[in-house]
Amino acid sequence: MNTKKTFGQRLGRDMKMNWSLYMLMIPVVVYFIMFCYMPMYGIVMAFQDYSIFKGFSGSEWVGFEHFIKFFQSPRFGELLLNTIRISAACLAFGFPAPVVLALLLNEIKSAKLGKVIQNCTYIPHFISLVVACSIIKIFTAETGVIGSFYNMITGSEAGNMLNNKNNFLPIYVISNIWQECGWGSIIYLAALSGIDQSLYEAAEVDGAGKWRKVISITLPSILPTVIIMLIMRMGQILSVGYEKILLLGNDATSEVSDVLSVYNYEVGIKQSRYSYSSAIGLFNTLVNLLFVQAANWISRKVNGYALW
Amino acid sequence: MEAKATKTKVRNKIRKESPGERVFDVFNVIFLLALSICMIYPLWHVICASFSNPMRIARTAAPIIFPMNADGGLGFTVAAYKQMWTHPLIIPAYINSIGIVVVGTTLNIIMTSLCAYVLSRQNVMLKKPFTLFVMFTMFFSGGMIPTYIVNTQIFHLDDSYLALILPGAISVYNMIIMRTNFESIPVSLDEAARLDGAGHMRILFQIVLPLSKAIIAVMILYYAVGHWNSWFQASLYIRTPEKKPLQLLLREILIQNDTSAMSSSTSGTAAGQADQAEIGETLKYATIIFATVPILIVYPFLQKHFTKGVMVGAVKG
Repeated sequence: MNTKKTFGQRLGRDMKMNWSLYMLMIPVVVYFIMFCYMPMYGIVMAFQDYSIFKGFSGSEWVGFEHFIKFFQSPRFGELLLNTIRISAACLAFGFPAPVVLALLLNEIKSAKLGKVIQNCTYIPHFISLVVACSIIKIFTAETGVIGSFYNMITGSEAGNMLNNKNNFLPIYVISNIWQECGWGSIIYLAALSGIDQSLYEAAEVDGAGKWRKVISITLPSILPTVIIMLIMRMGQILSVGYEKILLLGNDATSEVSDVLSVYNYEVGIKQSRYSYSSAIGLFNTLVNLLFVQAANWISRKVNGYALW
Repeated sequence: MEAKATKTKVRNKIRKESPGERVFDVFNVIFLLALSICMIYPLWHVICASFSNPMRIARTAAPIIFPMNADGGLGFTVAAYKQMWTHPLIIPAYINSIGIVVVGTTLNIIMTSLCAYVLSRQNVMLKKPFTLFVMFTMFFSGGMIPTYIVNTQIFHLDDSYLALILPGAISVYNMIIMRTNFESIPVSLDEAARLDGAGHMRILFQIVLPLSKAIIAVMILYYAVGHWNSWFQASLYIRTPEKKPLQLLLREILIQNDTSAMSSSTSGTAAGQADQAEIGETLKYATIIFATVPILIVYPFLQKHFTKGVMVGAVKG
């Protein structure tokens, strides 16, 4: 290799040699510029008083006005708290569920039975959110299977369970577990199937029982996977999606179900306050980015393993 | 299978299980079976309810185990499905969704495999900056509103299906799964083809893609299910009622309780309105099944592949 050639010369040679590859690259580059980088450029509207008639170039610049307005508004703390509350509840209950499911599935002796159970638990993952939320609403309604039972037990006369804001969080978290727990267990099952079977045999020769084997072999073997998943999950603490809340929430629950992304949607799409909502969205994106980076950094320190 | 069986035999010889462990095994199986039933029961309930007598369903709060007639016995009726058929938008919405799935998924596969192929090649300058250029979009994005404004004001995708197909043409996560798979193809094949004078286009279409059928099947599934189930993008961009995809229409029927578009011969009187409310409930069940049937049909055949992508992702991630 001739190192004396300039970068331009080398690039030219590479392009000549691999011209067909660069041709294949073109549509991909165009796609990313149009649909990923253009919207990023669109973020400038968070610093403008954007008007669709004036466009990005004609709108007036206002600096950080929208951010300051948002941070000072009483909604800010409320939204942040709701977001963290929902996220933390999903983390506390939703995160361990697939790990436990995978461990229990691993103890099933019959491979066939295990497969059947696994497949049953995957199905809810593929049901669309609209359908899943409507099933949740039907079940928790006054006349629904869960709703009527709930009303009978608690003596509540509020009708549908979702009319009571205190029920929102449990319903949200449990239905999340219903939909995602089976699917989430796949990654742990993969880790479990990677464990060297001779370890178990050696332990058995030494007289280890089931509990001993689980504690001394199984748990330590999947711990790295669990930690990585946990850290990555922590990185998403402020990214609670809006789709499910838009479908499930109502006026009665908005006090607890209004999270940053939902408010962003309400302000931006429903009220057409584009610049203000862009500022909220940018704030949310940046905080998420910060958390993910921090999570990755911690992962590298703890595990010596990072995603990038 | 055989190896596993002998292994179990060897295990049993070494050590007998204690009674406590056996009790655990039994309870574990019972618990997991009960859990699986809980997981799929909501869907079963909806299936049974959709074939049941509407009046009966409206009066029952107990779990439904089989389709019921008016007296609560085993009975079977397709009244709700017939009623659903009268909704003027449901068939167009179904066709729209199928179209979006077919065109959208085709584009997804082409674009994703192009991107994955380019990123999987060795010895290409610009590989590093290009990888960075692609990966960056995973961590930072314009956000909902700037994206919406750019798509509607600059690209004029308002009320167009392109708004549902183009913006998500490449999922970087799926692309990484595909790239990992492409990288596992022996380099020697590639080199031999290059010596024979094949360009990258030919290598991609005649060597790499045919060798990656399994992963492409997985990708088709992921993308197709994604398109079929998505409603939010459509709610942002699609204005014309006739253009709405199925899930968006479902949201109106199921979540916003708008069944008024469906004809009812008994409407008008107060009793008729009560009847309609009851039929409205069963209608919901019928529409849920109608919308989920494609996935329920496809699922048993493809469940083996569904998990494969997660596995490949897990190896990498």
